[in-house]
Amino acid sequence: MKKLGLIINPIAGMGGSVGLKGTDGVLDKALELGAIPRAPLRGKKALEELLDIKDEIEILTCSGDMGEHVALELGFNTRLVHIQTSDSTSNEDTQIAAKNMLNENVDLILFAGGDGTARDIYNAVADKAVVIGIPAGVKIHSPVYAQNPSKAGQLAKLYLTEKIDKIQEVEVLDIDEEAYRAGKVNTSLYGYLKIPFERKFVQNRKAGTPMSQEASQNLISLDIIDNMEDGVYYIVGPGTTTRPIMKNLDLPYTLLGVDVVLNKEIYAIDVTEKQLIDITENNKCKLIITPIGGQGYLFGRGNQQLSPKVLNAIGKENIIVAATKEKLSELKGNPFLVDTGDEKTDEMLSGYIKVITGYREKTIYKIKA
Amino acid sequence: MKRINRNFKVRNFHQAKWDEPIIFELSNKGERGILVPKAEEEIEKTVGDGLSALPENMKRKEAPNLPEISQPRVLRHYMRLSQETLGADVNIEIGQGTCTVKYSPKINEALARLPEMTELHPLQDESTVQGILEIMYKTDLYMREISGMDRFTFQPSGGSQAIMTMASIVRNYFREKGEEEQRDEIITTIYSHPSDAAAPAVKGYKIIYIHPDEEGYPDFEAFKEAVSERTAAFIVANPEDTGVYNPRVKEFTELVHKAGGLCCYDQANANGLLGITRAKEAGFDMCFFNLHKTFSTPHGCGGPAVGATGVTKALEKYLPAPLIDYDGEKYFLNYEVTNNPYSIGKVRLFNGVAPVVLKAYAWIMSMGAEGLYEVAKVAVLNNNYLFKKLMEIDCVDAPYIRGKQRVEQVRYSLEKLTKDTGITTGDIQRRMMDFGMHYWTSHHPYYVPEPATLEPTETPSKEDLDEYIETLKHIFKEAYESPEIIKTAPHRSVCHQIDESGMDDPEKWAITWRTYLKKYKE
Repeated sequence: MKKLGLIINPIAGMGGSVGLKGTDGVLDKALELGAIPRAPLRGKKALEELLDIKDEIEILTCSGDMGEHVALELGFNTRLVHIQTSDSTSNEDTQIAAKNMLNENVDLILFAGGDGTARDIYNAVADKAVVIGIPAGVKIHSPVYAQNPSKAGQLAKLYLTEKIDKIQEVEVLDIDEEAYRAGKVNTSLYGYLKIPFERKFVQNRKAGTPMSQEASQNLISLDIIDNMEDGVYYIVGPGTTTRPIMKNLDLPYTLLGVDVVLNKEIYAIDVTEKQLIDITENNKCKLIITPIGGQGYLFGRGNQQLSPKVLNAIGKENIIVAATKEKLSELKGNPFLVDTGDEKTDEMLSGYIKVITGYREKTIYKIKA
Repeated sequence: MKRINRNFKVRNFHQAKWDEPIIFELSNKGERGILVPKAEEEIEKTVGDGLSALPENMKRKEAPNLPEISQPRVLRHYMRLSQETLGADVNIEIGQGTCTVKYSPKINEALARLPEMTELHPLQDESTVQGILEIMYKTDLYMREISGMDRFTFQPSGGSQAIMTMASIVRNYFREKGEEEQRDEIITTIYSHPSDAAAPAVKGYKIIYIHPDEEGYPDFEAFKEAVSERTAAFIVANPEDTGVYNPRVKEFTELVHKAGGLCCYDQANANGLLGITRAKEAGFDMCFFNLHKTFSTPHGCGGPAVGATGVTKALEKYLPAPLIDYDGEKYFLNYEVTNNPYSIGKVRLFNGVAPVVLKAYAWIMSMGAEGLYEVAKVAVLNNNYLFKKLMEIDCVDAPYIRGKQRVEQVRYSLEKLTKDTGITTGDIQRRMMDFGMHYWTSHHPYYVPEPATLEPTETPSKEDLDEYIETLKHIFKEAYESPEIIKTAPHRSVCHQIDESGMDDPEKWAITWRTYLKKYKE
């Protein structure tokens, strides 16, 4: 019988859907803005992959939304190693649970959350346990996370059934959420966690954008600006690649939020999913988006405002992808990824897309769900 | 002769280091290379001083500020500089992938230096230059045979100018058809030479790039997305700079033709194809060869060169004028074929770099058809020998079409070495100089991580290839055991590591002596 630790950070990712770029310290505001927990659902999706080895594993988890609910719901043999004492979970709960699992000699810890959660796991277990992250947070920088919940589950299954026996150490990265909200991306390395080694299933470390790319980003923005049509709402996604568009138009912007431009003037800044639904429902819109460097995610990481509903209203043909050639080269031939949480939307986005890589210069690139 | 086993694996080399000043700094006032005698009195008496006829304001106020040096000092100066280079005649030159640097028989150089060649002038009457016209005409015929095209021009003086010529032909072809505005896109692949995109961009075209598919060949599904009624042309290298040959290229060209576009073949990488495949059968409308690469003329530090550009019969009229022809009795410059408003006009003065065409002609004649096929075969075998041997080294990888052979070059990846040791491909490049060898990385951006592009051609021996491999192995071992040596290389070259940061700052550039004095000495 294998022992599988399961920790779900139930509040992970809640800030993202309401435009808060993270949930640390702003949970109340997120709830007020109507955020719904999504981590338990993503945890469940991962566990579903383990259903056919249900009888061979025991799940050690925490009370309530931190794991107990989804494990029991799927009928797993479940034992609690931590009972949370207050109404809302804190990072202390994650750390205590992980330490208890370590004492129980679990074979693997599966945890759902974001960069903050990975740091908590690292603080508790360091290199003493093998772990896999289920991506559920707003920004996922650490390569400890699988590409999506199902792949996290598949990887866990391969490891628990001993089809994979190689281990690799990967970086635990996090960004300063305060600075992040103010528009700066400061990624720091906190340590290394051990994960099962299966290249296909784990995110590449997010690579930084060097200064020399500024010129290419500027050229891309000029191409986009020159082709802007009057009367069309341009929804400008987050990132340093899209920033020069706003700079060249001399408009205010948020680096990590979504802003809307109409007739080369600012229409709305740092919009939520709800605002986007209102805008996209009745107007012709184009979405300008850039993949996350090194990972290639177009949707589902760091831009939860661009929900399946919003994307379907905009339509694939109105999505403008912008990326420098260097950014594409960092993907090492791997396709763009989408993980919107809705399979149909992911499917709609799959296939090929034209990417603006310079002034009057495009690249045809593959998108995979 | 009995073979003697050499006792070393890597060479104990040190390059000549002369600490030689710039020639302007060697100047000694009054020193002369040649002393010109004074004009004889009688002559001056008869015709005057020769200068007073010139208007006053056209005369220089001061003599030109040229270095004043004696002949032996000039000779020494340039001999020393030549010893401070890693030229093809001292170096096992297989490290400059994409450039096909091969041994060029010295007899061809000697031919090109005969007075019958050097004393020609392009403005001479046709009747007095029948020899070189015949050579150019026949080289055109050979190029036709090698490619399947119907007519060549030798005007473009390099590969990029040949691509520019092809893009210009594309533009004029659609101008005549009234589709110039509509067809504003050129499709290429990321592993074609960057000039395949850059030259048409200069002509005003929008560029669309295709990446490789999962296997490593240009992605045909992506290509389908790219081709449309806006497509003017597909400009592509095959094999690409990775040494990967696209076996479905005909499907690509057929698709473009169906959409009404043209297909242009960059044959800079043709050394492994001679006598094996042809542009025509692959469905191309035009192509070019670098005579200074494939046809052994060789590269001369960025020139002189010829990008021999060929087209099908239907596109002949768009070529630059004049073409070279033969009427059964004499060779002549043909202005008739291109006498129409859609010829692209001159891309260079006169008819191309004649000595380069002469050397290519001599090389082709000495090889014969079987020889050309042998060149391709041996180039491919040499490359795949090097490929196999290098891939046996743990830290060497080569992305794309895994398990399959490459054509005439390979773009390797040293990503593992960098991850393990921190030593980058740029570091290896500098360390190779310590063994008197050249090594090239790749064009930018580095789509292949930590790239190295090696192309052995048909001319190195197995011993040469083994020495190159042993030297690389030696350096890789150093990377794991004593990386500092590599980080601080070169140690045995002309100079040690220099601060390259000035290269990014035009304010610091001094590309003439005068600018140097102005910026740094005044």
